[in-house]
Amino acid sequence: MTTYYTEDHEWISVEGGTATVGITDYAQAQLGDIVFVELPAPGTTVSKGGEAAVVESVKAASDVFAPVTGTVSEANGALEGDPSLVNSAPEGDGWFFKLTLADAAELEGLMNAEGYKAYCDSL
Amino acid sequence: MNDEDDIADIIQTLPLDGWHRDRGARMVPFAGYSMPIQYEGIIAEHLWTRESAGLFDVSHMGQLLVGGDGVDAALEAVMPGDFVNLGTDRMRYSLLLDDAGGILDDLMVTRRAGDFYLVVNGAMKADDIAHLHETLPEELVLNHLDEHALLALQGPKAVDALSRVCPGVETLTFMSGGAFTLAGAPVWISRSGYTGEDGFEISIPGETAEAVANLLAAQPEVKPIGLGARDSLRLEAGLPLYGHDLDTDTDPAMAGLGFAVPKRRRLEGGFPGATTVCRHLAEGAPRKRIGLILSGRQPAREGAEIFDGSVKVGTVTSGGFSPSLQVPIAMGYVDAGHADTNRALQIEVRGKRLDAVVAPMPFVPHRYVRQGS
Repeated sequence: MTTYYTEDHEWISVEGGTATVGITDYAQAQLGDIVFVELPAPGTTVSKGGEAAVVESVKAASDVFAPVTGTVSEANGALEGDPSLVNSAPEGDGWFFKLTLADAAELEGLMNAEGYKAYCDSL
Repeated sequence: MNDEDDIADIIQTLPLDGWHRDRGARMVPFAGYSMPIQYEGIIAEHLWTRESAGLFDVSHMGQLLVGGDGVDAALEAVMPGDFVNLGTDRMRYSLLLDDAGGILDDLMVTRRAGDFYLVVNGAMKADDIAHLHETLPEELVLNHLDEHALLALQGPKAVDALSRVCPGVETLTFMSGGAFTLAGAPVWISRSGYTGEDGFEISIPGETAEAVANLLAAQPEVKPIGLGARDSLRLEAGLPLYGHDLDTDTDPAMAGLGFAVPKRRRLEGGFPGATTVCRHLAEGAPRKRIGLILSGRQPAREGAEIFDGSVKVGTVTSGGFSPSLQVPIAMGYVDAGHADTNRALQIEVRGKRLDAVVAPMPFVPHRYVRQGS
């Protein structure tokens, strides 16, 4: 399993042809208390860089973008009852959705953990 | 020169800037200043204020002094308040209005022994000062206390914390003020605020702001609170925010601020926009500010459109998630025929219609300590 990161602070963990997507610890800290997450329905096609979900903090709504193109296979139902999982476990139980990759080559442009850490440090 | 340098040139720092940063505040540009938006998180800070005491830095707001012969009558010519009969050390919520009755700003007005003390919104202070210079008689003196800081201590334990270090403040009642000494500094303290809680606002010379903030923050009831929680608290309290819930397209009647236009002023008029404002107060305004509670957990934000079935009836002007009630709440304007409590309406958020119901405000009861109570 390999994890990649985007400049918009999403992470994508890939195993074979499927992947799990969420927002990073850095992102949840910036957003503050998460009170609602709007997730894509299974079967939805998302495109790399396109809007895939919306995360709402007490104060504001923010878009979450798809790191790669693919078809959503599962949305994290646990976030409906407890959106604060995004704050407490952003890169674990607070995942957003799983998808089937359309083109694994799209992963090549994303950052690895080390690259993402350096990117956050530069912000 | 990069963008950050450009921003640094425009964004000003206030006396407690370093104090906030030392305490881990996230600072954001607000009303031309760098201000603390949050420390440990909006929900925790919000709930702390509702149960104990929160210390807010609101130094971005404008503090003005107006003095001279006939100042009370002169203020009545630019605002709809009753200032001629206002007792010394008493304060009133009032409004600067344009000639159509549109709201230019909302503000607090206090009669003190020698002058009137005004607190106006930070983003509006330059415009307000220009407006007052233009409309008040030349003989009056207008001073901007731009070196002063303003702190708000809000919450049910604010009185315990503040009276321990500043004996006598407990004798103040809601909407009254007085001169005190705090951390060795001369301060003006009023029992007022904008969170719906009991609390105080403390005006201090900028150079003593840190000493006062340190003394207050050292009290066990007190934590520093950011502007994020200030916004969620005032929304729960049903209090409108200028530039969002109030602007020149709204008047006191539409905004539900009829209390700011007392009976004598309605009868006598003599303030900007009096004809329109008094007609709307007497006969009803075409639009009304309402509160909304949404079903589910998804909040509706400023700008979301309000529907009654297929008909658009209004717009949300403030919206968020209520930490106290654990539901999304909003404030907005609707056509007068759709403003009755318990009416079911819908709010469109990103193409989806959310169910909402018109709710009385405040959403969370006020806990002011009034005279005689």
